[in-house]
Amino acid sequence: MGPELVRILLVEDNAGDVRLTQEAFKDAKVHLDLHVASDGVEAMDFLHRRGRYVDSPRPDLILLDLNLPRKDGREVLTEIKTDPDLKTIPVVILTTSGSDEDIEHSYQLNANCYVSKPVDLEQFLSVVRSIDDFWLSAVRFPKEKRA
Amino acid sequence: MLNANSYAPAIQVLLVEDNPGDVRLTREAFQDAKVHLEMHVAVDGVEAMEFLFQQGRFADSPRPDLILLDLNLPRKDGREVLKEIKGHPTLKSIPVVILTTSASDVDIESSYLLHANCYISKPVDLEGFLTVVRSIDDFWLSVVRLPIGERHGTGISSNPAR
Repeated sequence: MGPELVRILLVEDNAGDVRLTQEAFKDAKVHLDLHVASDGVEAMDFLHRRGRYVDSPRPDLILLDLNLPRKDGREVLTEIKTDPDLKTIPVVILTTSGSDEDIEHSYQLNANCYVSKPVDLEQFLSVVRSIDDFWLSAVRFPKEKRA
Repeated sequence: MLNANSYAPAIQVLLVEDNPGDVRLTREAFQDAKVHLEMHVAVDGVEAMEFLFQQGRFADSPRPDLILLDLNLPRKDGREVLKEIKGHPTLKSIPVVILTTSASDVDIESSYLLHANCYISKPVDLEGFLTVVRSIDDFWLSVVRLPIGERHGTGISSNPAR
């Protein structure tokens, strides 16, 4: 139901989690293009097509960790959701934090949804697959301004 | 619905939908839900806001954990309801899933601009519709962490948990 090619920006500093996410998405039901930014500054450079990201595509979906080097995920979320051009991109918070405060605060900042990363490997893979099942199959993305 | 999760407090879902057939089907699809949930129905936008502000016959309504919102509604449009929820300091953290027959790019874009949490087009065929409702159950009610903001409390008048 979604677009034919789905572009995802994963903002994650943990190399192991990046690798696992890539592996879990390999079985995705749609054709997807996964990009990685390893901190908040890189994420904003990617979204604003600065520096080595001049040719980056506009992502259809962003998976955002909260605890990131250089620029925090909360700050990245705030910048995305207050930018008139970027705010329509759905942002899924994917973090090890399960604190009620982080959950409430993320929704206040207009995160589209909040998912806690399980520590257990099998559960982690199943969570990534559930994102695939829901966001990449059932949800309609905004079409506009896709590069 | 008696399973291990029955001990957890029920997840409160508010469905804002004027089509009784769709209400009935949503209810049926949720009957197989993996979680313990309680579904409430508002049949137009005015009722939805009364429910959320605990007005009139909704004085004892719980704060919903998740809202499923149709766009085309009598009395007060879904777009207006969405705008009011997402512009309200304590209601805005409640996730709103747009569930509508409209698949227009304008509706999709403007819903995300108004901070809808996600947008789903209702399939016209029965099986497709049931699949979509189950996918909401599988993801939003089972994987996603919902804000707990006064789920067991007195509603929206006090401060959210923080």
